[in-house]
Amino acid sequence: MAEKKLMKGNEALAEGAVRAGCRFFAGYPITPQNEVPEYMSWRLPQVGGAFVQSESEVSAINMVYGAAATGVRCMTSSSSPGMSLKQEGISYCAGADLPVFLANVMRGGPGLGNIAGAQGDYWQATRGGGHGDYRTFVMAPNGANEMANFPHKCFEIACKYRLPSMVLADGIIGQMMEPVEFMHPEVDVKALKEPDWALGVNHGRAKRIVKSYDLREGMLELMVNERVKRYRQIEAAEVIYEEKMMDDAEIAIVAYGTSARISVAAMKLAREKGLKVGLFRPVTLWPFPKARLAELSKRIKKFLVVEMSLGQMVEDVQLSVNGRADVYLHARPGASVMTAEEVYTTMESISKKGAKEYATAK
Amino acid sequence: MYQGIRIAGFGGQGVISAGVLLAQAGMLEGREVSFFPSYGAEMRGGTANCSVVVASDEVTTPIVSSPDTVIVLNEPSLSKFEPMVKPGGLLIVNSSLVNSKPVRKDIKVLYVPCNAIAAEVGNPKAMNMVALGAFAAVTGAMSVDAIAKAMTRVYKKLKPEIIELNVKALKRGAEFKLN
Repeated sequence: MAEKKLMKGNEALAEGAVRAGCRFFAGYPITPQNEVPEYMSWRLPQVGGAFVQSESEVSAINMVYGAAATGVRCMTSSSSPGMSLKQEGISYCAGADLPVFLANVMRGGPGLGNIAGAQGDYWQATRGGGHGDYRTFVMAPNGANEMANFPHKCFEIACKYRLPSMVLADGIIGQMMEPVEFMHPEVDVKALKEPDWALGVNHGRAKRIVKSYDLREGMLELMVNERVKRYRQIEAAEVIYEEKMMDDAEIAIVAYGTSARISVAAMKLAREKGLKVGLFRPVTLWPFPKARLAELSKRIKKFLVVEMSLGQMVEDVQLSVNGRADVYLHARPGASVMTAEEVYTTMESISKKGAKEYATAK
Repeated sequence: MYQGIRIAGFGGQGVISAGVLLAQAGMLEGREVSFFPSYGAEMRGGTANCSVVVASDEVTTPIVSSPDTVIVLNEPSLSKFEPMVKPGGLLIVNSSLVNSKPVRKDIKVLYVPCNAIAAEVGNPKAMNMVALGAFAAVTGAMSVDAIAKAMTRVYKKLKPEIIELNVKALKRGAEFKLN
């Protein structure tokens, strides 16, 4: 076992990306993710990589597009408003089947919002965010340790299936410090095989073109459908979730990231008071663990979604349980953080018969 | 075992670094730990605060809303953080800079003249260490030695003689007891 190190979430993410083979970073400063570019600015040169502070978020994502097209493992990071600016570029990466790694350390929104932690970008992250039919592989870490270890998985999936992948964190997870242990062996970038689509110096091999379009009639549909096959493979093979005390649960909390941590405390409070509560934590937000939730909804009849947004993930839970169970919501938008006591009170009220469905706290 | 801590004071008093040090020390003693800073529009001379959790079990929320211990290093932080202390909890007040008295009767209060002691030791900047020493001794949440040991991990660029002064300040703080 490697030695544990006390690290800030953002720094752990940056180091995790470097260890996963990231050798190019472009980004533009924004709180609460500034430690990511700061770390990369001195760390990447140490491993022969390059760091660019670009003039804007738009140029950062397009630099990453360019780097990815050459087969280099690369990333950009930002926070909510900055991620909105990158969406066109992310759509282009998806359209060109480029494996890029993205990190969004969410803050309060919409608009400029505030710089505290929030989860209001769930829809943007899981629905594509930019224009057109595409998907992004999205992982939601619940602390600094997962920030350290998720970049490895994100690069692996991005490269294997050729799509953008993302860590969707929030300001609390980005700013907090925790003991961190890097679980994966460091990727040796020199040992990585050059992808058979990557651009570079051509010594007589067949011509390669990286592009996100096909103007010939009917060809774009074929191109999109070919991509969808990979999305289906990801949905079948790459779903990750965590369950806590679900075996005898009568109420299941569904929460990710910071909300999931607070929900663990709420669950413990409920258990002390004799309420049979369990926690279901989606770790991949896309692909969403639909099948497992569907299975659970045959037995569990009450689901409480806890999120630091107005009610975004709750729609995925409703789609998954598809009417087989009641779905309730405890939502705190605007970068407000719920307390465990508050979530417990909601659980207590929904544990009663005839509780109103889909109630919003506060 | 669970100890939720809030440290508050002026930016520049070492609020954040004291918090990181506690987390590191707790980790060295094999505890589960977390540290969370306030990161609003803070500036030097403005107010800063942080949350630290040291526990034997997994840490759920890193934001401590009902602390077992609050360490208040300046005047404005007293009125802001005194109400947060858990009933029966501990409030450590830097009596060198805080003139007001806490109003609550349901908490324990420890007055420590942190600045004065740090000046006596020979490093006025180590006033935050005096507070941490008192914290460790009174709560027993961690040993003074662990905090001392954590210093070389957290303050990698500090000269050994400065670390020595910090440890001295820490130990002076640890001499304080609740009445």
